[in-house]
Amino acid sequence: MQLRSLTVCAIIAFAAGLIVASFAGFREFLPGLLQGALITVEITLGGCVLSVIAAVIAALAKMYGPWPIRWLAVVYIEIFRGTSALVQLFWLFFVLPRFGLTMEPLTVAILALGLNVGAYGAEVVRGAVAAVPRGQWEATIALNMNRAQALRRIILPQAVVAMIPPWGNLFIELLKATAIVSLITVADLAFRAQEMNATTYRTVEIFSIVLVIYLAMAMLITIGMRRLEGLAAKGLARGRSH
Amino acid sequence: MTDIAKGPAPAAAPTGSPMVRFDQVTKSYGAFVVLDQLELDVAAGEKVAIIGPSGSGKTTVLRMLMTLEPINGGVIWVDGEPLTSMRRNGALVPADARHLRRMRGKIGMVFQHFNLFPHMTALKNCMEAPCTVLGLSKAESEARGRELLVMVGLGDKLQHYPAQLSGGQQQRVAIARALAMRPKVMLFDEVTSALDPELVGEVLNVIRKLGAELDLTMLMVTHQMGFAKEFADRVCFFYGGKICEQGPPAKLFGSPENERTRQFLRAVLEAT
Repeated sequence: MQLRSLTVCAIIAFAAGLIVASFAGFREFLPGLLQGALITVEITLGGCVLSVIAAVIAALAKMYGPWPIRWLAVVYIEIFRGTSALVQLFWLFFVLPRFGLTMEPLTVAILALGLNVGAYGAEVVRGAVAAVPRGQWEATIALNMNRAQALRRIILPQAVVAMIPPWGNLFIELLKATAIVSLITVADLAFRAQEMNATTYRTVEIFSIVLVIYLAMAMLITIGMRRLEGLAAKGLARGRSH
Repeated sequence: MTDIAKGPAPAAAPTGSPMVRFDQVTKSYGAFVVLDQLELDVAAGEKVAIIGPSGSGKTTVLRMLMTLEPINGGVIWVDGEPLTSMRRNGALVPADARHLRRMRGKIGMVFQHFNLFPHMTALKNCMEAPCTVLGLSKAESEARGRELLVMVGLGDKLQHYPAQLSGGQQQRVAIARALAMRPKVMLFDEVTSALDPELVGEVLNVIRKLGAELDLTMLMVTHQMGFAKEFADRVCFFYGGKICEQGPPAKLFGSPENERTRQFLRAVLEAT
């Protein structure tokens, strides 16, 4: 039910945006902005994948690693949570080349945002793993599984369900944070908007369209995560031990 | 029997050793002593029922044996080898992961709350550990799981998830899952306590069947006095972290010597 209303909202918002755009002669801006939106989507997808990988590794390292690994994970999480994403982006883009490591702006963008959100995600993963009932761990010990087998086959599949809603929030945060990559010359949606605004001064039109595009993308993430949650919960509920 | 109980670090297993031996095993949480220098031998193939009031340490005995709880003193021997320690240069040192895994392989446990894997079917629950731990092929572990589920009377529930099964059925899957690892010692921790009364019988029947058909050493913590009386070779009454009285069921239930035992049995009988 909620999913349906969200879908309707998304469609209406997007349609309204398009109608407004075409009626007011916004059509000239739309192709350029959509090109930028494509880059935004690319960064968001890459960042999401990276953030999940970073979060799972950091969380497991922090929970079960030997002390040097655990220490590394804590340092990663604290640094990326404790400093601004903008500073991290600039550091990777402007400081790393001083040490001889230069990367494409798009790579830096994905890396910075993925690692930033991954640091928050690590706590989500940790919480979800810790919330799996202790009896499940005990069963794996009684069946002589080692910790890696227990995590991979028994604990993580159950923890994933609890992780999905908070991850939805993090993905939307990541999407919105992509706007800062325009500051390192990546031609994303925000970059295109500023560029057009600087030459045409049609601020109202341009930023209204941009607003609608961001909203539509965020809605898509919400809908996708709801669906994923439904699927995962169904899979587990079928098997939920009472 | 060699007198290993007196030495601080016995270097050799006692000759003609029992399947399970608790040798002055102590367990405490802070200042609270759960088990106080427990001495208990269980022979191979013997079926021992552990009864006693709550807080008497009876579940802890099983949990220590499954290595779910560390012990604070003494040595647990299983099949002639120390459980959580190993011999190195004639002394006992804490066991490494390999030794622990080898020892755990001899023991299976069934829990009060089943602890089935909710995201797997009954069959998958039984196949998982044989596949990942024993390295059996999918076909081999499936055949083994299927056979055991048939044995516990669930041949028609192979593809059911735990939530689609009754408590009694879930517990029978849990028994099959533990047996799939081919343990020598089976531990049953109040396996009928979480069940509706009408489902208790089906689980006890399966345990009876195991006792009759398989050569297993069994330790069970139970509140089913009738079952303990009929099934066990020996009953141990725990009180205050010690074995207060033990003996054949007929003797312990028929003419208990200890006043605590009498009190406990009277209270239990009144309740039922």
